[in-house]
Amino acid sequence: MTNRVLAWVDQRFPLTFFIKHELTDYPTPRNLSYWWNFGFLAGFVLVLQLVTGIFLAMHYKADAGMAFDSIQHIMREVNYGWLLRYMHATGASAFFVVVYVHMARTLYYGSYRSPRELLWWTGQVLLLLLMATSFMGYLLPWGQMSYWGAAVITNLFRATPFIGEQVVIWLRGDYGVGDPTLTRFFALHYLFPFIIFGAVMIHLVALHTVRSSNPSGISLADKDNIPFHPYFTVKDFFGLGVYLFIFFVFVFFFPNTFIEPANNIPANPMQTPAHIVPEWYFLPFYAILRSVPDLVGGVVAMGLSVMIFAAMPFMDRSKIPGGAHYRPVYRAMFYLFILDILVLGYVGSQPVTDTIVWLGRGATFVYFATFLLLPFVSKAEEKRMRARGLPPALQALFDHREPRANRQHEGSAK
Amino acid sequence: MSDSDSVDDPGRRNFLGKVTTVAGVSGAAVACWPFVSSMNPSEDVLAKATVEVDLAGVPPGGIKTVPWQGKPVFIVHRTPAEIANAEASNGSIDPQPDAKRVQRPEWLVVVGVCTHLGCVPNRDADGGWLCPCHGSMYDASGRVIRGPAPKNLEVPAYVFAGPDKIIIGKA
Repeated sequence: MTNRVLAWVDQRFPLTFFIKHELTDYPTPRNLSYWWNFGFLAGFVLVLQLVTGIFLAMHYKADAGMAFDSIQHIMREVNYGWLLRYMHATGASAFFVVVYVHMARTLYYGSYRSPRELLWWTGQVLLLLLMATSFMGYLLPWGQMSYWGAAVITNLFRATPFIGEQVVIWLRGDYGVGDPTLTRFFALHYLFPFIIFGAVMIHLVALHTVRSSNPSGISLADKDNIPFHPYFTVKDFFGLGVYLFIFFVFVFFFPNTFIEPANNIPANPMQTPAHIVPEWYFLPFYAILRSVPDLVGGVVAMGLSVMIFAAMPFMDRSKIPGGAHYRPVYRAMFYLFILDILVLGYVGSQPVTDTIVWLGRGATFVYFATFLLLPFVSKAEEKRMRARGLPPALQALFDHREPRANRQHEGSAK
Repeated sequence: MSDSDSVDDPGRRNFLGKVTTVAGVSGAAVACWPFVSSMNPSEDVLAKATVEVDLAGVPPGGIKTVPWQGKPVFIVHRTPAEIANAEASNGSIDPQPDAKRVQRPEWLVVVGVCTHLGCVPNRDADGGWLCPCHGSMYDASGRVIRGPAPKNLEVPAYVFAGPDKIIIGKA
C-alpha cells in the first residue's frame, strides 16, 4: 500500500528522488568534525524562533500604549507565556552564537574559497537579514533599551547623502521613534524570518551544488564520501542534544542574562538612560562606529566591518590547499582577529572614557588591517611555504588540486 | 500596416518591445510610490507640528522640558550669570554667537536631541548638557563643545505669543 501511494506521488512529484538526492545518497565528507554542526543548528534555531514568535504574536500588541504591558501579560497570564518569551529572547542570542561559530569555522577552514564563493555570499546576505530582524524585534518590548537602541540605529541613516533627514523620518513614520515605528517594526519582524527561510533554501541549493568542505580543506575522492543520512543526521542530532542542553540551562535558570535591566522600564522619549548599550552580538560593530570621530565616517566603517567578509574569496590569494591548519601565518591572523573582536566587544560594552576610546581605535585599526593585509600576507605565505618545500602529503594535494576539482565538477554534472 | 512585414523586418517589433518594456517598468516603479509614501508621517503625526508653552512657572535657573513632534524641547530660564557665560564665547566645534540662538537672552529654547545619534542629553552642573550615549558636551547656549556630535543643539522655530507664552513650531 505504502509503495503504491509512493509510486503514485513519484509519478507526479519527485519525492523519492528528492530524498535520495538530498539525504540518503547525498555524498558528505566522512571527516566532518563537530564544527560542521552549526549550519544545521542555525536552521534549527530559525525554526524554533519562527514557532515561538508566531505563538508570541498571538498575545503581543504592537501599540506604543500597550506593547510594554502586553509583554507583562505574556509573562504573567498567558499559559507558558514565560517559556515562549524566554525561548524567543534567549533564542535570538543563541542564533548569533551559532551563526558566529558557523562563520568562524568557514574562515578557519577556508570554506569560502573557490568554488564556494556564492555559498559564502548567500551566507553574508543571511547575516544581514538576521541582524535586521533581531534589531527590529528588539524594539517590540518597548522598554528603554529597546527605544533608545532603535532611536540610535535609525539615526545612523542620517548619514545618507542629501536626504538623510527625510530618510530617518520615513523609516520611523514620525519625527522620533514612535507608535508608527513600533507597528512597522512588528510587521517587518514578522515578515523577515520568512524571507530568511527562503534565503536559507538558496543557501542550501548552493551548498548541495558545491557540497560541504571538510577539515582537510581539499576535494575528497569519491570513496571518502558517505551518505548524509544516516551518518550525519545522527551526528547533527547528537550536536542538537548538546545544544539544547545548554540553551535550556539559560532559558530555565538564567533567562535574564541577555535582557538589559533598563529594558524593564517602559520607553520614555524624554529621557535617555545613563548608559545605553546594544545587544552583545552588535557590540564589536558598535565599538567600530564609536571609534570614528565623525558621524558619516563611523557609519561607513561600521557598514564595512560587516560587509568586508564578502571580500574574503578575493583577499585570500594563497593557493595552498586546506584551511588554517596548513597555514601558520593565516592561522595566527585568524586568532588575532578573534581576539580583536573580543576586545571590540568589551570596548562596545563600556561607557566612553579616553582609555576606552583609544583602545577602540586601536582595535578598529587591527580589525581592518587584518583584512587589508591578507592579500599580501597570504601570497607571501604561499611563496615562502613552497620555497621551503611543502610536506610530501600537502605537495601531492597541491599538485592534484586542479584535476581533482575538475573531476568533482564532472561528477556533479552527471 | 499589413505591408510592413514584421517577419522580414524585426526592427519595428523590437522597437515596440522596448517601448512596452520601458512603459511597463516605469508603471511598476510609479505604482510603488503609494507604498513608499504610506511609510512617511501620517496626517495626525504632522498635526503635532506646533505646541504652546506657558513659561510663567519656570523660575530663573529653571528648565522645562516639553514634547514637540515626539522630541523633547528644553526651555531654559537662564540666570544673568549663565547669559554672560554663554555670550562670552562662540563655541568651538560649530561656532555661533549666543545672540543668534535666542530671541530673548533669558530664554533658551533648544531641541533636546543630541546631534550625533539622537539621544537626550542630561543637564550637567555648569548649565550645559552631557550626552549619555557617546559623551558629547554642550554649553549654556546648547553649542557643542566636545564631540562626537557635529552640530549645536537645534533651535526650533518659535514665537513669543505673549510675555510668558511661546508657540514652538511656528515661525
